[in-house]
Amino acid sequence: MVKKILSIALCAIVLVFIYAPILLLVVYSFDNSKIIDVSKFNFSFDLYRQLFHNSEIMQILFNTVWLALAAATLSTVLGTAGAIGIFYSKRKIAKPLQAVSQIPVINAEIVTAISLALLFSMVFLYRTYLSLIVGHMVLCTPFVVLSVLPKLKQMDPNTYEAALDLGASPSQALFKVVIPQIFTGILSGFMLSVTLSLDDYIVTAFTKPKAFDTISTYVYNAVKNGTNSSTPALRALSAIIFIIMIAAVLLINLRAGKKKKEAASR
Amino acid sequence: MIKVHFSRKQLCIPYALFLALFVVFPMLMILFYAFTDTVDGSITFTFANFINFFTSTAKLSTLLMSFTVAIISTAICLLIGYPIAYILARSKLRRRNVLLMLFIMPMWINFVLRINALRDLLDVINLLGTQNYLNTIIGMVYDFLPFMILPLYTTLEKLDNSYLEAASDLGGNKFTVFSKVTLPLSMPGVISGITMVFMPSMTNYVVSDTLGNFNITILGKLINEYFTTYDNWHMGSMISIILLVIIFLTLLATGGLKDSKTEARGANLW
Amino acid sequence: MAELRKDEKIIEIVNVSKIFDETAAVEDVNLYVRKGEFITLLGPSGCGKTTTLRMIAGFDIPTSGKILLNGKDITDLPPNKRPVNTVFQRYALFPHYNIYDNVAFGLKLKKIPVTYINDKGETYTKLRKLTRKEIDEKVKNALAVVDLEGFEKRSVSTLSGGQQQRVAIARAIINEPEILLLDEPLGALDLKMRKEMQIELKEMHRKLGITFIYVTHDQEEALTMSDTIVVMKDGRIQQIGTPTAIYNEPANAFVADFIGDSNILSGTMVGRYSVRFCNKNFKCVDDFEKNEKVDVVVRPEDVKMTAPEDGMLTGKVVSVVFKGVHYEITAMVGRSEMVIQSTQSRNIGDVIGMVIEPDDIHIMKKEFTVNKYDGYITKKNTVVFGDGEFECDVTQLYPGSHLDEEGYLITADGERIDLTDIDVTVEVDLKNIEISDNADEGGACGHIVSLIYKGDHYQYIVRTEENEEDFVFDSEDLWNENDYVSVKIKPENIRLTLKQENK
Repeated sequence: MVKKILSIALCAIVLVFIYAPILLLVVYSFDNSKIIDVSKFNFSFDLYRQLFHNSEIMQILFNTVWLALAAATLSTVLGTAGAIGIFYSKRKIAKPLQAVSQIPVINAEIVTAISLALLFSMVFLYRTYLSLIVGHMVLCTPFVVLSVLPKLKQMDPNTYEAALDLGASPSQALFKVVIPQIFTGILSGFMLSVTLSLDDYIVTAFTKPKAFDTISTYVYNAVKNGTNSSTPALRALSAIIFIIMIAAVLLINLRAGKKKKEAASR
Repeated sequence: MIKVHFSRKQLCIPYALFLALFVVFPMLMILFYAFTDTVDGSITFTFANFINFFTSTAKLSTLLMSFTVAIISTAICLLIGYPIAYILARSKLRRRNVLLMLFIMPMWINFVLRINALRDLLDVINLLGTQNYLNTIIGMVYDFLPFMILPLYTTLEKLDNSYLEAASDLGGNKFTVFSKVTLPLSMPGVISGITMVFMPSMTNYVVSDTLGNFNITILGKLINEYFTTYDNWHMGSMISIILLVIIFLTLLATGGLKDSKTEARGANLW
Repeated sequence: MAELRKDEKIIEIVNVSKIFDETAAVEDVNLYVRKGEFITLLGPSGCGKTTTLRMIAGFDIPTSGKILLNGKDITDLPPNKRPVNTVFQRYALFPHYNIYDNVAFGLKLKKIPVTYINDKGETYTKLRKLTRKEIDEKVKNALAVVDLEGFEKRSVSTLSGGQQQRVAIARAIINEPEILLLDEPLGALDLKMRKEMQIELKEMHRKLGITFIYVTHDQEEALTMSDTIVVMKDGRIQQIGTPTAIYNEPANAFVADFIGDSNILSGTMVGRYSVRFCNKNFKCVDDFEKNEKVDVVVRPEDVKMTAPEDGMLTGKVVSVVFKGVHYEITAMVGRSEMVIQSTQSRNIGDVIGMVIEPDDIHIMKKEFTVNKYDGYITKKNTVVFGDGEFECDVTQLYPGSHLDEEGYLITADGERIDLTDIDVTVEVDLKNIEISDNADEGGACGHIVSLIYKGDHYQYIVRTEENEEDFVFDSEDLWNENDYVSVKIKPENIRLTLKQENK
């Protein structure tokens, strides 16, 4: 009993630590003062109004989302093809490819960032959209490969052969039989890529065009230049993102959990 | 009719080229830059950057600082993360899946925004600007705790109950069962958690800048400064190489080379 | 088998070998399959039967040799172009499709030629896909054949193993293949289900009238179902024949041991149609040269028990096991064991007589009478052969010779010879090899790859890893297959002769 109370207490304290800043921000996004002052609270939607009328922030939000979707889509296509290729290749080819795939995963982001800066400045493409997209793809693609490969390993290898046996051409067999079976892996690779891209600061900072900003770079620079207190609308932006992400993650996982349960009870 | 010969193996060619061009080649460029210098527009081979790093007290103290921050942050993450993961994995709490979700949720939320929210909170309790080191460490723990909890949870959850039953059946008390069976069997999770937290704590300067009020310089920050402020890419590359060696040595020491980070990154949760 | 007209052969496999990473999975296989027959490839795991099947299906391409279908070379034809369909070992049903879509998979891809007549009265053919209605009809029929009417909408995961098996069969036969390949299709089913499916498959074969090529390691399954059995071992065909022929006239000790239960005894030919084993002479129907060492195979059910005084052999019962229909009685005849199947029981310790009819004594040439290797002599006057180094007596190479202090050989004529690197032929008798668990003890190491019980002893084959050299030997001790052992040979038991060119 004591053990249980201690357990719950520990969990509660850590959860408070994790969610207190988030809660503070969400609550004070409905307060229009420039700097959070816990001694007073003026309820208003002012910050939200300011946010949606701030075309700069709206542009940045748009930038962040399209960059994430573009990078994730390209990474998913490249990574899925790569995983299938690795899976069916001989060990001599598959092993080194898998090892190199681990480099961006293990490496410090700052090292990945400067390595790309060196490469793109050599070919005079430093700080272009190309370097930005490639930078994000370097971060995301290995994760796609690493989430698709296990699904390929789980697949009954004979199903591909069975499709050929029944008259499918190799590409038909791939699209009708292999891809549907590894689709959950592809999907989770895509989702992972989206979150990695949305989350990134360092690689973006080193590869983005000068005039381009994502939420991460904009907020960091605002803090750095001391302009963050002059745009309290950022609080509203953070609050919206927190709420949307928490809702999305909970929804997806609870639904997945339910499905699992249903499958188990059958 | 032209017959297109299709092979599944060939699908890895674009990916292989991508890795070669954007991963392997750039890393070789860092190596090249680290051991060269640009003098009057011509590039010469030199060990100067290497010697410079190890003779500069400023750089060495940055290295020491990064180590200290990383070790303390990792230790705190482990001390908080292990009991949490253990409770989540081994107790019979109802809805522990939802509970786990709550603990690792931050992984999916932009870390710059989260760190700024923490900055606001620290400001409210008057720590900001007064306790730069403490704030940096709090920030690192805040940012990386989920990456410690998840791998620990995964290993502990997979742990077969019959091992524990066997251990107590053979006369072990609760403490011996934990120290002789649970802990050793959860080492892979511990190792992967440590590698997930240690390296970013040495390099993620967004955390140290935002919470240390731009007064704390860690290794990642130093590399960034050599690239942006001082415009000395050769020195920046040398520091990167030194960082890579440290990463490699940590992985070697912990045996974490085999572990993939995908699991810890929550790939299986999406 | 009688020579058949060429057009009756649907599949011909000519000198086919398949090498994976330098080891041969199939070696120089020659085989033909007649139209409409039920042929079974039978053998232990790793014998090359599945590889052979996969080459017929087109999943593997032979390293050398040809595969002909109806006389046409299909060796390099991709699997989707072959009129052959496969039922896989673990079914390989598509988990993301329901039963209907699984069965209809091949039909949806199929295009059939249709002849049209245009306005000018010219005829031309076009390919068209099957209509939904045609597919529905065929799927319904195929599911009816496998007794799964009304299962169209079910998902694969809701079916039992046996039902999944039937779907896999329906999916394969719906394409009306000329040949149906079945790769251990019953391996994942429980015993009762397996027996039922055996009968159903046989019935299906009769109804469909197409050729079945069946792969199994289960000898009983092969005997029950097949028209022809091909016994394989180590990538090679051991025997091809009808079930009766294979059972009654096994070509060698391996086939005899693999098919059914058998007593395999060491014997010697003592005259025309006369063989001696268990210290008695027997009349037999096979003839070999006099004094030739042979293996004698007697099926347990062919040994008749009699009163001790009426028996050709007498023995003492050492074990009696009830097997449902019969008793399995083991009797010791001298130092040899004889297993007898009988409906009558005996008590342990009883002395019984045994009678064996000449027809029931199957005699085959001994596979190994002596181990022969190519080797060479080292500096230390040891000999290297069979992936190992052994102490030996090099003086036997030159009669009357001896060794001096420096290790040189002095011949009877006083000539001094350096033996280093001289090539020799090495012979070791089967009875002179011993093995040990201790890897350091012997001259060579390897795994036990085969053991065959021969009445009073086991015959083992130890195969080394490096060059796959075999050591064949007899021993009374029991070892397990796959044991890693070292091979010991006493120096005096290694027979050396100089290779011709060195003389």
